This record gives sequence, structure tokens and C-alpha cells, in this order.
Amino acid sequence: MALVSMTVNGKAVSGEVEGRTLLVQFIRENLALTGTHVGCDTSQCGACVIHMDGKAVKACTMLALQAEGSTITTIEGLAKGDDLHPVQQAFKENHGLQCGFCTPGMIMTAVDMIDRIPNLDEETVRAELEGNICRCTGYQNIVKSILDAAETTPA
Amino acid sequence: MYQFDYHRAQTVAEAAELLAANDENTLIAGGQTLIPTLKQRLAMPATLIDIGNIADLNFIKAEGNAITIGAATKHADVASSPDVAKHLPALAHLAAHIGDPAVRNRGTIGGSLANNDPAADYPAAALGLDAKIHTNKRLIDADPYFTGMFETALEEDEIITEVTFPHPEKAAYVKFPNPASRYAMVGVFVAKTPIDIRVAVTGAGADGVFRMKEMEDALSSNWSPDTVTGIKVPEDDLLSDLHGAADYRSHLISVMAGRAVAATM
Repeated sequence: MALVSMTVNGKAVSGEVEGRTLLVQFIRENLALTGTHVGCDTSQCGACVIHMDGKAVKACTMLALQAEGSTITTIEGLAKGDDLHPVQQAFKENHGLQCGFCTPGMIMTAVDMIDRIPNLDEETVRAELEGNICRCTGYQNIVKSILDAAETTPA
Repeated sequence: MYQFDYHRAQTVAEAAELLAANDENTLIAGGQTLIPTLKQRLAMPATLIDIGNIADLNFIKAEGNAITIGAATKHADVASSPDVAKHLPALAHLAAHIGDPAVRNRGTIGGSLANNDPAADYPAAALGLDAKIHTNKRLIDADPYFTGMFETALEEDEIITEVTFPHPEKAAYVKFPNPASRYAMVGVFVAKTPIDIRVAVTGAGADGVFRMKEMEDALSSNWSPDTVTGIKVPEDDLLSDLHGAADYRSHLISVMAGRAVAATM
């Protein structure tokens, strides 16, 4: 076992982990932040997407120890109290989810793409969602939500 | 995953020492291939030596007529580098289409070249551009570097440190991604360098990435898409699996090569 320390949603955290402990396990099981989901566990579905040092990564395809010293944001870190993040709000208003399982990863990916790419268009949003799988919606309202959020987010 | 120890190396020398200390030790950088492999229990390292945070391996440098990229540089950084976009747009395009955005934020150029997956994109660029692969021990030309599927000229305790790509006169990479995995079913990198003309094919070879000499010769006399689309690739040495039979891949190579040449014009 080794000690790992990082900042998660603005709070300094640490815990004992094995070499093989995945970052997503540490987040869900040690920190009890279960908003980050494990869908496929094979790097494909994107339900586990979080931000590490400002970049979207798949928490199921990283070791907890690889995140030593980093700054992490999970889905729980987006809203300010009762005020939803603009992307969360857009998913709510545009019915951007059905069962909700993929939603945390979709939203973390969406926040990253809106930060990174000015003037998002539909084609770009669909290409950027390459690594996030939704089995309910057919993506239509997810794309609509992201475009809506991109429009209302100041550049 | 089997149990293993994890060690974050601060320098290449430290990583090399640990790597040489035990045959069962393995390097990790981005881990976008290795971690899924570990999950399937297809690898059982004693210690994972993380070289992903070594500052000397994270850089993109444009100097003279070449671009040099540190081995632990992420695909996303290559894709968004102004230097790469200016001198080697084909490489920026290639990097921007590996996996998905989250994978590109972790996966590294050195990891891709060291693993030499037969469907990986970077090997096509390295072979197509006659890249120089620098290690902690020596300099290896791309041609002798790629020795077979998942096989390279790297020795057991050798670490890629950086890769140098010469500026081509023109170059392009076009791939036909598997519709599910997005891995290249066939990817073709064509380049005209000051020295020669190269056509490198990934995704299709039973021995991994390879050059299409016949297409290179044809392009030397006439640089046009029609020159290569008519060249039939022998099926004997091509992959044939559930994703596509050898004859299908053979056809795709000619079509992708034509599109790549067209993209340079």
C-alpha cells in the first residue's frame, strides 16, 4: 500500500491505495464520490470522465498513484451549491439524458470541449463525443444541450 | 489486475536503472494501452515505472528543418501545437484522430511507438517521414526500428526519449477507422521528403506497419492519386480478421493511398 494525495473538488484528500488501484476506484470507494461512473471499464464508454489538471481524462484508465499531486474535478465539483453549472442546466432544460448513467461523463466531456473549442458546431460536438457512449438518447438531445450551453457560456 | 508496485521516475537515468534491475519491470507513460492490458491480466509487471511526468520527455521543439517531440508528449499536445501545425500538419491531423479526446489527453507518442500496435497511427508517421527514434542509448532509423507486430528494435532496458521528424515537402495521412473501435483498419501516410518518397501503411500488415515500395516508385515519376489507386497490394502479408478480410484491406490500402496523395495536392 502507498499513500496518495491530490486535490479533489477543491479539497485536499489522501488515502492508502495499492499500485493497481484505479483512480476511479479511489474516487468512488475512498472518497465516496459516486457521481463518477464505471460503465465499460475498458476505456470506451466515457462514463468515468473527470478533469485532471484541467483536462478531460478517463478515470478508469489511470492509476490512482498516477494522479499524485494533481488537481481533480468530478461531476460533484461543478455545481455551486444549489446553482447548477451552465452545462448541467442545459442538459436539464434540453432533456439531454434519459437513464442518466452516462451523464456525468457526458457533462465533464462537454465542459472540457466548450472550454477548449470556440464556436462549437454540431459536427464538432459529435466528433468530440467519440469517447462517450449513450445507449438511451441517440445523442440528439445531448448534442443539443452542449450547443445550447456553448452559446450561453461567455468565451 | 495482478498486484504490482508503482514507482514514479524523476529522470530517464533513474527509470533506466530500475528497468534494468528486473526483467519483470515495465514502463508506463500515458497507460492508454497498458492499463487495459493489465486489466485483462495479459501482463504481470513487478514494478510499473512511470515516466509520464519526466519534464525532459515532455516537449515539442521546432529546430532547423525538423520537429523533435519528447517521448512522453501527449497526443493532444501534438495535435494542438502551433509548430506541428505549421511544419507538419499531417502529423497534427494524425494526432488529432487517435482514439478520443480523453485518450489523447493521456496517450503518448513514445508509448505508441514502443508498443507498435499493428493498428496504431504513429508508426505510419514515423516510417512515412523517415523519423529518427532517439533512446537513452542510441539513435534508431524508422526502417530498422519496426521489426514486427508489437515488436521493435528496442532492447529490454532501452527507453525512447524523443522522436525527430524532418519537414516534408508534402505529406498526408488518411485512415479508414474501424467503425466501433476507431483503430485504423487501414491508415496510409504518404510523404515527399527532400530525400525520398515514402508510403507507409498501418492497420493492415500481418507484421505491423510497412512501406509500399511499388507505390513509392510510381509516385516518384508521377505524384497523383491515380498512380497509386491502380496498384494492387498483395494479400499474402495482410491481416485477415473479424474486422476485415485481407482482400478488403488490400482494396482499402489503394483507396486510402489515393486519398492521401489527393490530400497533399
